Amino acid sequence: MQHTLIALVENKPGVLNRVASLFRRRNFNIESLNVGRTEKPEISRMTIVVDSQYNKASQVEANLYKLVNVIDVQDLTNQPAVSRDLALIKVKVHPDQRAEVANLASIFRGKIVDVAEETVIVEVTGTEDKIESLVELLRPLGILEMVRTGNVAMMRGNSSGIRHTPGANGHENLEAEN
Amino acid sequence: MLRSGAEILWECLVREGVDVIFGIPGGAIMPAFDMLTQFPIHHVLTRHEQGAAHMADGYARATGKVGVAVATSGPGATNLVTGIATAMMDSSPIVCITGQVVSNLIGGDAFQEVDVTGITLPITKHNFLVTRASEVAQTVREAFYIARSGRPGPVLIDFCKDAQVEKAKFIYPEKIDLAGYHPPICPGQADLQNAAEMISKAERPLILAGQGLKISSAAEELKQLAITANIPVAMTILGLGVFPASDPLSLGMMGMHGEAYCNLAIQNADLIIALGMRFDDRVTGNLRTYAPRAKKIHIEIDPAEVHKNVTVDLPLVGDLKATLTQLLPLIKPKSNSNWMATIEDWRNESQMRDILSQPKNGKLYTAQVIGEIWEATHDEVIVTTGVGQHQMWSAQYYRAERPNQFITSGGAGTMGFGLPSGIGAWFSNRQGEVWVIDGDGSFQMTQAELSTAIQENANVKVAIMNNSYLGMVRQWQEFFFESRYVGTPLRGPDFAMIAAAHGIPARRVTRHDEVQSAIEFARTTPGPVLLDFRVVKEDAVYPMVPTGAALDEMIRRPIPTTDEFSPIDVEKVAA
Ligand SMILES: Cc1ncc(C[n+]2csc(CCOP(=O)(O)OP(=O)(O)O)c2C)c(N)n1
Ligand SMILES: [Mg+2]
Repeated sequence: MQHTLIALVENKPGVLNRVASLFRRRNFNIESLNVGRTEKPEISRMTIVVDSQYNKASQVEANLYKLVNVIDVQDLTNQPAVSRDLALIKVKVHPDQRAEVANLASIFRGKIVDVAEETVIVEVTGTEDKIESLVELLRPLGILEMVRTGNVAMMRGNSSGIRHTPGANGHENLEAEN
Repeated sequence: MLRSGAEILWECLVREGVDVIFGIPGGAIMPAFDMLTQFPIHHVLTRHEQGAAHMADGYARATGKVGVAVATSGPGATNLVTGIATAMMDSSPIVCITGQVVSNLIGGDAFQEVDVTGITLPITKHNFLVTRASEVAQTVREAFYIARSGRPGPVLIDFCKDAQVEKAKFIYPEKIDLAGYHPPICPGQADLQNAAEMISKAERPLILAGQGLKISSAAEELKQLAITANIPVAMTILGLGVFPASDPLSLGMMGMHGEAYCNLAIQNADLIIALGMRFDDRVTGNLRTYAPRAKKIHIEIDPAEVHKNVTVDLPLVGDLKATLTQLLPLIKPKSNSNWMATIEDWRNESQMRDILSQPKNGKLYTAQVIGEIWEATHDEVIVTTGVGQHQMWSAQYYRAERPNQFITSGGAGTMGFGLPSGIGAWFSNRQGEVWVIDGDGSFQMTQAELSTAIQENANVKVAIMNNSYLGMVRQWQEFFFESRYVGTPLRGPDFAMIAAAHGIPARRVTRHDEVQSAIEFARTTPGPVLLDFRVVKEDAVYPMVPTGAALDEMIRRPIPTTDEFSPIDVEKVAA
């Protein structure tokens, strides 16, 4: 089963490396990992898709939390969320097939963003399933090149902002400690 | 006032309470060393950086405070790696400071440049690269806080040479605000109620006590829980000492070389209360058959340890002391008398097989030597060990009474840990006495630190259990590889002469009747002393749970039938 996790991380050098190193170290297999900017310049957002049993996904979440640069982790699996993948697909087409490709693309609310003598590039955005279907339809024509961003995801509705570590019902009070 | 990065470093260390550091200088860390004399910090010159990391670790485990190791860039830093990994596996708070090449040369393969933050990424709790003097104060403050708080661990600061020299305004950060780091404190009331109910309903409860209790200073709370509800206490190897071995409720060490009565208790318990331990495979044996009759409560500060190896019924994520303090008022007194009686039967049966119960036959058994060291020193000294058979016998026969008394490399099993960690531990109390119970193989890995011991006149007594073998590996070969002793016979040097070359008093012991006087000699001679115990070569540690076997499928020490007691007759055991 696929799990989609969101990690908000500090936008600092080496943080992506820490996350990647964690996955390798803990033997977690990831389907896709997407990193991008957020509304706050000091925070980056990662969308991580892992294929695993529930237990393993909770391990991924707990281990991500252990990274000092990881601020928040949300498991979007089984939550109302919007998730999108973007693909650029270069298809080999005879000029007389262009209309057919354009048609297919538009059924999937995609579009042709580049036309050359023998090729077109189709751009499409949607859930991974949807993109998968378009890819299957285009395949017989001959896909020359393809790139996909991997999922980015966001919870629907009002929920947003940073929660606390699971199991943390209070924060260590540094002044008290010293 | 402007101060150099180096000055800011030492100033911050002093403010963290550091008065001793362990390390070796070199090019990239020289500006820092140059400033050291102006601060009340004693530098212990080690003979290898691995030794420095183990000393910092030993110091940390003996005190609960952060230990500090310092090394230069490149090979100095990479030599720390084994020590850092050892500290990581055992959640020991150390801060390692390494020199790094000038910041604008990073990435260019300058002399002695190594990507140390890259190398240590998976074996540190966190690490930092400091390229500006202005970053030093904040970084050091965060490093110490991260190292000692929550589940402790090693933190490394890679410190560029130019940042050591550069001047910056010194502002000591009074507060730390790490957006992504908030160690948990305490679980909710409902979960505590649940736990209390499970404990009150249980007929055969058992506590598994781990090192987390030491880290959280919760030995007293553990004692109250165990005594109030009459719950026997099994310990992980790192947990040894957190509950006094002399208490009748103590079942000693669990796991691969745990006492039979302890492992039988685990397999037959109806409730397991796991405190600050992580169900390591050396502790559980085969997971599928582990503690099959028990409901499990797991109190642990690291959420990533919950359900990692063993799925539990009630996880309580939080600091142990805080959690137990809230749990204790909910616990009602109980007797569990049938359960205690069953365990006593098992214990008596084990007693019969115990090598210390066998008639003396003049031979020198490691277990006996360690038993005698324990008799002589009891709870007066700190003990550290190497890794191997002697380590397991130490765990079994050095019956630790205090939380920070028994120091050993559990998770990593790092040979060579004994002597340097012992020196480090001695610095926790320079009036005290440390015993390093070492193997001949382990000792030789960090033997060079003998000269550190004499230079510092550390009161460290090195007792080598010299069996002329990499004994534990030999035991595995004997049990599981048809006694093909490949790569395990070990022709050691004359350790007494090695000691003598360092100006360290030493004795060789070959007979049982010489043991006591040798221990006496070591204890009455100030400073480092070495004892070379020529023990029985082909002895085996019992009981033993073979890897992959259930915890109650132990190879037991055979009950002697003749006067000539042969402790390693596996054929008989298997039958
Ligand atoms: C650094 C390191 N290398 C190898 C091992 C594997 N190993 C585990 S126990 C052992 C033998 C230890 O021999 P010794 O120190 O003489 O102790 P003994 O078992 O004989 O008491 C070895 C080689 C290890 N644990 N650590
Ligand atoms: Mg040996």
